[in-house]
Amino acid sequence: MNRMRISRRTLSILAVVIPLVAMLGYVALRSGPLAPVAVTVVKVEADALRPALFGIGTVEARQLHRIGPTAPGRLLRLRVEVGDAVKAGQVLGEMDPVDSDDRLRSQQALLQRTAAVLSDATARHAYAQTQARRYEQLFAEQATSDELLAARRQDLQLASAALAAAREDQARAQSDLQALRAQRAALRLVSPVDGIVTARDVEPGTTVVAGQAVVEVVDPRTLWVNTRFDQVSAGGLAADLPARVTLRSRRGQALEARVSRTEPRADAVTEELLAKVAFRSVPQPLPPIGELAEVTVDLPALPEGPVIPNAAVQRQGSRIGVWTANGDRAAFLPVKLGRSDLDGQVQVLDGLKPGDAIVLHSEETLSVRSRIHVVDRIAGVAP
Amino acid sequence: MISLAGRDIAHAWGKFVFTGLGLGLLLGVTLVMAGVYRGMVDDGKALLDNSGADLWVVQRDTLGPYAEPSSIPDDAERALRAMPGVAEAANVTYLTMQVRQGGHDVRAMVVGIVPGEAWGAPGWPPALIAGRRLTRGHYEAMADIATGFEVGDTLRIRRNDYTVVGLTRRMVSSSGDPMVFIPLKDAQEAQFLKDNDAIVQDRNRTAANPAFNRPGVPGLLESVTASKSSSSAVNAVLVRLRPGADADETAESIRRWKRLTVYTRAEMEEILIGKLIATSAKQIGMFLVILAVVSAAIVAFIIYTLTMDKIREIAVLKLIGTRNRTIASMILQQALALGVIGFAVGKISATFAAPLFPKYVLLMPQDSLAGFGAVLVICALASVIAIRMALRVDPAEAIGG
Repeated sequence: MNRMRISRRTLSILAVVIPLVAMLGYVALRSGPLAPVAVTVVKVEADALRPALFGIGTVEARQLHRIGPTAPGRLLRLRVEVGDAVKAGQVLGEMDPVDSDDRLRSQQALLQRTAAVLSDATARHAYAQTQARRYEQLFAEQATSDELLAARRQDLQLASAALAAAREDQARAQSDLQALRAQRAALRLVSPVDGIVTARDVEPGTTVVAGQAVVEVVDPRTLWVNTRFDQVSAGGLAADLPARVTLRSRRGQALEARVSRTEPRADAVTEELLAKVAFRSVPQPLPPIGELAEVTVDLPALPEGPVIPNAAVQRQGSRIGVWTANGDRAAFLPVKLGRSDLDGQVQVLDGLKPGDAIVLHSEETLSVRSRIHVVDRIAGVAP
Repeated sequence: MISLAGRDIAHAWGKFVFTGLGLGLLLGVTLVMAGVYRGMVDDGKALLDNSGADLWVVQRDTLGPYAEPSSIPDDAERALRAMPGVAEAANVTYLTMQVRQGGHDVRAMVVGIVPGEAWGAPGWPPALIAGRRLTRGHYEAMADIATGFEVGDTLRIRRNDYTVVGLTRRMVSSSGDPMVFIPLKDAQEAQFLKDNDAIVQDRNRTAANPAFNRPGVPGLLESVTASKSSSSAVNAVLVRLRPGADADETAESIRRWKRLTVYTRAEMEEILIGKLIATSAKQIGMFLVILAVVSAAIVAFIIYTLTMDKIREIAVLKLIGTRNRTIASMILQQALALGVIGFAVGKISATFAAPLFPKYVLLMPQDSLAGFGAVLVICALASVIAIRMALRVDPAEAIGG
């Protein structure tokens, strides 16, 4: 009986003391600096990496036609609105001709006048010619004097000169008329291409200077993305590479494109390379000029080799490498890395072979002194 | 020789355990409070450790980039790379703001880092716990797990959406806000770009200014507007030294020749811990002292009450001729046993409660050991009063009652 009571009491004491000691031990070893660092491990895979470049740019038109008058003047009428489709040669608007039409009429009258002068000179010349011929015959028959013949010959020369002058006058008047007509025609604003009106900067009645744009026309087939790539990660950018363009307003829709050209000049201030990426087919509806677009350029696939996720790459001092799990210790293994792709895979040139196990994620920064403990997923991370 | 204290404890085991449990919870709170203080200091140190820098180059005469705003041109980095002793330099921006995700937002420190294949460059988080590092130069983010974001989430910072591609742990600012890492150019934009309304109003203001919008000079207005929307400043340049280079010497030559302010690791720690969290640390320290005093008082009361409860038994012991030493050691042993149980319960409860706190609570083993020592000393001192009383008791009380 007595034994029973003691054992029950001992049991109740042990029931408290043992869990307490066990938990204290657990707490001391599993938290704080003595606790092992949870890590996840991944196998090195053999894969052919497809590196890609990522840049952002704005939609621009390769050919932007800013149409305006060649001489200062006032805009008389404008027949197109923004968004209108126009044809090559279509008259978009007209400048105020002011006195052009009057000058044209005056020039036409002048032309008529020169025609009259010409016919007068022609008549005189014909008469002078006849007279000269008659006096030549008379002189041959000794019926007139040498002096009179000389006078008729001079008349003929004068009439010839007057006729030539009248012809040139008429030619000049004709050319002047053509020039006035050309000037008159230049007052019309004509679209040079089939395209779409993207801006209407000036309204009728406004005076514009020579060279100032009145309307802007672009050819939608020449839309491209002026793309900027950060210089640190733009290796391999070249013309004709396939690309995908995602417009900011159409996320989730990748448009097929290709690098049309890379610019020989880089942006020195922003430290970016520039390239023009053209759409393979004109996107419908047309993207607004100036819209932001994300561009992914696919580079040619690399030869198959070991690849690792970039989260596994670590640095110890100036050496780059990965951690490998060696029992409950971590060992640092320097590796030589090649290119990486946008999905976070990095090519390993030297130091690892496919199938090797390396530490991918770790709860804390590892060091050679860390104790590790391999888990499937680090605590707190959603599956 | 049987242990008088052990027999007595075993006799009133339930009462003893519950008293120990109560005391333990109180000690747990004290330990957590110490952990809160350590956590604050550790937040500051983690910020410095994780940035991976040896020197911080900031705007002249500022305490930047953590304690004060600082802004330096982003091409200063290249001039610094050419300085003797400098191995690496990286631009970085820091901006504490609300980061929106879905319907809620989280206070976070947005860090702009130079993207690219720069493994372990200054400013980058050293280790990830999920996902991958940034690969694109825009619109990707790595977030600390304390933000509650997951890989694949879309965040909104100012006007752009960012996809979370990786998670970090213990990447916090000095005030404990979790960090969100985004590419530098986006971060510069987030920090220096005005909101759309402000930009539009600014454009209108420029257009209304006759100096910038002359009828005879087409294109002038566009040029003026374009010149306003550039951002080419960063908050700091993180510098890593060559092996063997002297930090103070390099810092001095940068100060002298580049005319920028430079902080070494020790100076930065002084700024963060000595200046930035000084008041909060004192506040916590004050609480810690009060809690320690209260705990000591409560231990003293408990021991006193426990002794009072068995005053009759002590009188009997004295009556049968027990030596004073035996009685004193019994009380002392009981007090110490109470302290040990209390400490064990406190340590366990503090360890399990620590992760539940919104800010980091760091329980250091040396704090626990110091705490254990302090508890034993307090228990021993507290038992002195009880021992004095027990020794003064009249053996006659055993019969008198």
